[in-house]
Amino acid sequence: MKVLKTYPEKCIACHSCESACSNLYFKEDNVDKSCIVISDGSTPPNMNVCNQCQTCVAACPTLALSVSPQGVVMLNKSLCIGCLMCIGVCPTDSMRTVFGAKNPFKCIACGVCTKSCPTDAIKIVND
Amino acid sequence: MNRKLLAEFKYDLAPVVRGYNRRTLYVNVGTKEIVSKPVSDMMIDKFVGGKGFDLYLMWQGVKDDTKWNSPENEICISFGPLCGNTSYPGSGKSIVTTISPLTGIPVDCNVGGHFGPYAKFSGWDAIELQGKSEEDVIVYIDGDTGMVQIFTAPDTEINSHIFAEELIKEFADSPDKHQFVSVVSTGTAADHVNITCLNLSFWDKRRKVARLKQAGRGGTGTVFRDKGIKAMVVKYSGLKVDTNNPVDLPTLQQTGLKLHKEIEAGDATQCHMHEVGTAHLMEIMNDYDLLPIRNFKYGQMPEAIGLHSREFTALFTQGMADGCWYGCSLSCCKAVDNFKPRTGPYKGMPVCVDGPEYETAAGCGSNIGIFDPKDVVEINFYCDTYGVDTISFGTSTAFAMECYENGILNKERTGGLDLTWGNADAALELLHQMARGDGFGVTVGKGVRVMKTLFAEEYGADPNFLQDIGMEAKGLEYSQYMSKESLAQQGGYTLALKGPQHDEAWLIFMDMVNNHIPTFKDKAEALHYFPMFRTWFGLQGLCKLPWNDIEPANNAETDEPAKVPEHVQNYVDIYKAITGKPMDKHMLVRQSERVYNFQKVFCMRMGKGRRIDDVPPYRAVGPVTEEEYLSRVERYDGQLKDKIGVDPSGKSTAEKMKILREYREDQYQQLIDAVYSRKGWTPEGVPTVEHLKEIGMDLPEVLEVVNRYLK
Repeated sequence: MKVLKTYPEKCIACHSCESACSNLYFKEDNVDKSCIVISDGSTPPNMNVCNQCQTCVAACPTLALSVSPQGVVMLNKSLCIGCLMCIGVCPTDSMRTVFGAKNPFKCIACGVCTKSCPTDAIKIVND
Repeated sequence: MNRKLLAEFKYDLAPVVRGYNRRTLYVNVGTKEIVSKPVSDMMIDKFVGGKGFDLYLMWQGVKDDTKWNSPENEICISFGPLCGNTSYPGSGKSIVTTISPLTGIPVDCNVGGHFGPYAKFSGWDAIELQGKSEEDVIVYIDGDTGMVQIFTAPDTEINSHIFAEELIKEFADSPDKHQFVSVVSTGTAADHVNITCLNLSFWDKRRKVARLKQAGRGGTGTVFRDKGIKAMVVKYSGLKVDTNNPVDLPTLQQTGLKLHKEIEAGDATQCHMHEVGTAHLMEIMNDYDLLPIRNFKYGQMPEAIGLHSREFTALFTQGMADGCWYGCSLSCCKAVDNFKPRTGPYKGMPVCVDGPEYETAAGCGSNIGIFDPKDVVEINFYCDTYGVDTISFGTSTAFAMECYENGILNKERTGGLDLTWGNADAALELLHQMARGDGFGVTVGKGVRVMKTLFAEEYGADPNFLQDIGMEAKGLEYSQYMSKESLAQQGGYTLALKGPQHDEAWLIFMDMVNNHIPTFKDKAEALHYFPMFRTWFGLQGLCKLPWNDIEPANNAETDEPAKVPEHVQNYVDIYKAITGKPMDKHMLVRQSERVYNFQKVFCMRMGKGRRIDDVPPYRAVGPVTEEEYLSRVERYDGQLKDKIGVDPSGKSTAEKMKILREYREDQYQQLIDAVYSRKGWTPEGVPTVEHLKEIGMDLPEVLEVVNRYLK
């Protein structure tokens, strides 16, 4: 399974990963639109990102969520009716949305954030 | 299928605005007239939508003497301004109304499935079906192109589990688009009996079958078939989170997500809806002596362990997204997959059975003495596909079985059927007879009220005994809760406008178990508030279950836990977020009060709906037979002593029963006095002109009917 793995002890909470993610998918630098979220209120920082556990896939009423051959949970926006039940069941609060948008969003383990991380605190791995 | 096009009507597609289309669809299947009618501000202000629109349209369509099978009788299906949003759980309900063949007054059914939201998003706030077609027809709404068509229906198979699926496949654009089509259908029993229903489908993408949700009560299927309608079909492919065009999508989403999370956190320890749906109630009802057993004689028996919810959990496929509309995370509509019936025309064929829900498990199980869950599943399956209401089937069969056990019926009179308690083969054969239109099943399928008259006239049975044990009021069979020990629930059942269904008020725990409403005034307040609050779901196109079948973790600490205040506020918030109109918890009740009183006056217009009609059979109030009294002798003797001040010692059971009956019947009458007064009605049960003015339901046509009864 392809997954973005986090190493909080290495994280310096620079938030570069959030910028890289939201810039790629939403064309803006906005943590509310990043699939990975760094909370720096604790030591080490809390790094929240999808672990591809697939709980949301079973809850989706339209089969808009599916698992790719690499084990990554993917959202098919054309099937999604924006009910957010996937967010309701997500055990790690890693399915995300911006209220007012039509669809939720999540990490698809693309790895763009890893290139921006100065401390190797995130890595794409194949478990 | 080789269909002939009989009529066609094109209309302009336009987006829903803040929950409304502002037009309704009229279809006369007799004249083949198809018309778009505007929705006025007055309709929205006074009738809101959903059941309100249904009743308003139906009032214009029928006459004072319209019967269920008069051509002008209508079937109305409406959806409400909140219906079809995909954000808040339980938002996909249709409300079906018609003049009922069982009661002669309007019946209203709140039903899931995808038909309502798709019909709404096709451009209609309500659908009115009138007239009678000489040949069988299908009414088709194409919400993608803006077209309504009436087709001939030469189809030979009309039982819903097959017919709905055939129509979905026929009208879908391609095999990967079945989910965009929904069907309203009934079954072969609707050609022969009155205790029938309509099935509203949704395509289950995981199971790849048409699931069926029932507009169950009052014989809607019989009216449908009497009109020569085999099915209604809708296709709509454009659903998105904002199709209902809410004024404030972020608030709607936020409120929905809050409830999704609450359900995810709480369902496993509260109602277990994900696992077993409403059948979770089986052992709870049995534990509290509330599960109807043997025609509501008893509320508890050791045998009921056979229908424990764990038995149904084991039969239901687990882990499915079982919502009857998108966005319902409560997911209560469970299904038994690959079930092979052991009887009837589909014997041995694997089928998907929707349910059993609690009402079915109790009505088609314990109430007729059946305690094998697989028998219940089979009765459930055949009821659904034949278009029979499981509640009325259970209560009518229970009545027939008690008559059989009492010698009123025998094998000669039942055509050879041995209707002893628990005979599942005989119960199933009754169903098959209803579908074929032969045998004693046709008699049972006419409902309890008809059977009471028939058994007295034909077989010389004591009409008073039949009245006592025949669990119907206004002509509708009771749903499946014991009300003997809850005075408030006796009122909840008997005062329900359409007949004794629990959807207006379910007060048993508040009243009997927790003793939170001890006085007549308390009970009257509950019998005012809860029917009004619950009526609101039917105005908006919502389901009742996400209101109190999941509760916030801190609900018990609130001032009024029975009302679930946080969820009431959710409804206020989502109404405002969708319609942009002002709302608070008081305005919500006022919206309902207008429509509720309109329905009350509608019943009076059709000849029922006053105090003389709010009469429970004594079985709903107390023990009819000595065996019932003796089975709970300590309870009843204790009540004689503590509540009535009579020493039971030395008295015969018959004497004690008489005293108890007089007391309970008097209590019931005192309750009715208190409730009528609270509701703004005269002691005869007629809304006063002052009250109608106060709530804003003083339309001239309403006052004209009321004045007939106030003179």
